[in-house]
Amino acid sequence: MTKHLLSAGDLSREQAIEILDIAEGMSNVNDREIKKLPTLRGKTVVNLFFEDSTRTRISFEVAEKRLSADVINFSAKGSSVSKGESLKDTAQTLEAIGADAVVIRHSASGAANVLAHSNWIQGSIINAGDGTHEHPTQALLDAFTMRKRIHGAQSPGKALDGVKVAIVGDILHSRVARSNQLLLSTLGAEVHFVAPPTLLPQNASGFKAALHYNLDEMLATEKPDVVMMLRLQAERMNASYFPTEREYARIWGFNAGRLGALKDSAIVMHPGPMNRGLEIDAVTADSPRSTVLEQVTNGVSIRMAVLYSLLSGERSADV
Amino acid sequence: MSKQILLKNAQLASGEVTDILVAGDRIVEVATAITAPSETEVLDCTGLVALPGFVDLHTHLREPGFEQSETVLTGTQAAAMGGYTAVHAMANTMPVADTAGVVEQIAGLGIEAGYADVYPIGAVTVGLEGKQMAELGAMANSKAKVRVFSDDGKCVHDPVLMRRALEYVKAFGGVIAQHAQDPRLTEGAQMNEGKVSAELGLTGWPSVAEESIIARDVLLAEHVDSRVHICHLSTRGSVEIVKWAKARGIRVTAEVTPHHLILDDELVRSYDAVYKVNPPLRTQDDVLALREALIDGTIDIIGTDHAPHPIEAKDCEWNAAAFGMLGLETAASIAQLVLIESGKSDWNRLVEVLATKPAQIAGDAENGQPIAVGSIANITVIDPKANRTVVAESASRSINNPYVGMQLPGRVIHTIYRGYQTVKNGELASRGRGRND
Ligand SMILES: [Zn+2]
Repeated sequence: MTKHLLSAGDLSREQAIEILDIAEGMSNVNDREIKKLPTLRGKTVVNLFFEDSTRTRISFEVAEKRLSADVINFSAKGSSVSKGESLKDTAQTLEAIGADAVVIRHSASGAANVLAHSNWIQGSIINAGDGTHEHPTQALLDAFTMRKRIHGAQSPGKALDGVKVAIVGDILHSRVARSNQLLLSTLGAEVHFVAPPTLLPQNASGFKAALHYNLDEMLATEKPDVVMMLRLQAERMNASYFPTEREYARIWGFNAGRLGALKDSAIVMHPGPMNRGLEIDAVTADSPRSTVLEQVTNGVSIRMAVLYSLLSGERSADV
Repeated sequence: MSKQILLKNAQLASGEVTDILVAGDRIVEVATAITAPSETEVLDCTGLVALPGFVDLHTHLREPGFEQSETVLTGTQAAAMGGYTAVHAMANTMPVADTAGVVEQIAGLGIEAGYADVYPIGAVTVGLEGKQMAELGAMANSKAKVRVFSDDGKCVHDPVLMRRALEYVKAFGGVIAQHAQDPRLTEGAQMNEGKVSAELGLTGWPSVAEESIIARDVLLAEHVDSRVHICHLSTRGSVEIVKWAKARGIRVTAEVTPHHLILDDELVRSYDAVYKVNPPLRTQDDVLALREALIDGTIDIIGTDHAPHPIEAKDCEWNAAAFGMLGLETAASIAQLVLIESGKSDWNRLVEVLATKPAQIAGDAENGQPIAVGSIANITVIDPKANRTVVAESASRSINNPYVGMQLPGRVIHTIYRGYQTVKNGELASRGRGRND
């Protein structure tokens, strides 16, 4: 493992599979009555959240506690972040405290990279979402969820070769989509992005994904194994990306009709929180095809695996 | 009067090797084997190139208002170190240079500093707000004699205001220097929109936001038969529009910054805010187009867009960082790299883009004069064979220098400003030119 986890693209196929395999072990721990390992006893992990995300923060916090780390939650939202000094000042404060790892969520793309490459702080940096750039632990938990659904008990050691994954929605602003296309392609999956042209980058040639505008056509021709619906953020609603929410839901939302068009084994994913009735309807969200709650559960295992890999001292030499 | 200076065996842009004698603020003799009169400082210029002092049409001196970044003194010291004898100071100070009082203050600070001629650029609109025309006439008629007007940092976006400004400055031979950036197309923009911005998740600054304004403005300039200067062209499309406009006889001049000639948007992958600049670093294809345009004359000048910022404005996450980078002390090396080392152009062209043309665009008859008897003694002496690794230390008060660690050709050895040596053997003079020098 590397010292930091900044981008899903930092992981080699072997490293990614290793994390998924460690997460399998962690999920067994999570099924036990006493869900605790002594692995990170004496290590201090800081959850540094410049942006509200209760779900991600809680997921990391549970993972850290199950590994017996000392956990500090540092919510920097509302401070003078716009001045730009606060990331540096905060980082130096955490360094003085002696943080072994910092889990950072920030509204600015690249914030985790800046933190890792500054000399402000020495500990490991884990990117828990930076602006519209990346969210690597989300991609890992998504891959883990897919692997478990497809391979079940045979999952350990496996990748996602040949799996067709369609990611639908606001690709332009999605860190989930960016991290997923990197990790999924590393694991041998085939990625398809589906979005209105306004919500795709003007030049997506660097993406390891095929692009589509028409969801129904993509479902019919590609027959995906996995459909991942992205959350549509409220701030896109009145910025001329599409005429109305109703039109968006009709053309790019997932609904019972489209669920029926999937092959039997296909699953529907969503990183949460869902806008029910917008990008996904209730029938789909609550169907057995939906993995939404598994994703939440698996998130804890994956984050335990990542923390373990970066901090347990058993990692191979830094890359 | 400053003492006499004799430059021995200097090579001119033409290739000719000669001696140059400076007395007072003038060049008094250009000939081979001049014998040094008494009280003459003799500079051995064997192997060195002597050129007219450089003129920067696009400098941010930051004073008044942002003295933690730069002052007229430190900015002109950096200019002297870069071989400049004149700089045009952009209007986005605090207060904005939008009145006769402010431009006269800046001009006065320049004279006091004594490292280069400082020409204040006047704002086109009050407070750079793009709403109401500033008192252009008052600035033109002030002691600062402003001829170049710009809202640089912001675009004069309102087409009616732009039209009126282009018309109005004809009354006193002025020129509008446009920072071409459609504000609506660049809301929240962080870097060039393209492959890299898509991968980095940074909001894109599309080429079309620059090109559409340039297209509009050359047509406006044609319509009202005025002159327009386009600041910092950054895209291939902009080059094509300017080329078209020139072929059509429109009076447009164009500028490129040193950084757009050698840096591209791949550098942003580091998220190092030293590469954050406006207009943004573009693609390698754009870089190549800009280089060609500088060589073939479509682009008239190099303007540094020297934009100092304090450390805290760059030592932070990308979105929070300020736009801009230093440029005065490296511009000549980059011009040499693009024009000379490439083998595609020559020293005459370098003189045009760094000295003659910028002075001409600004209507400044006292700079950009040839190295000839009777000319004002503004001379820059370069060692073209030097190869230097750029360091962070600088005469500027700021260190937002994207070239640190890079190898660049050429070094400024001497700068003579109106007969006074502001730079001698690569060292800055401890004081500027006084009124009696
Ligand atoms: Zn500008």
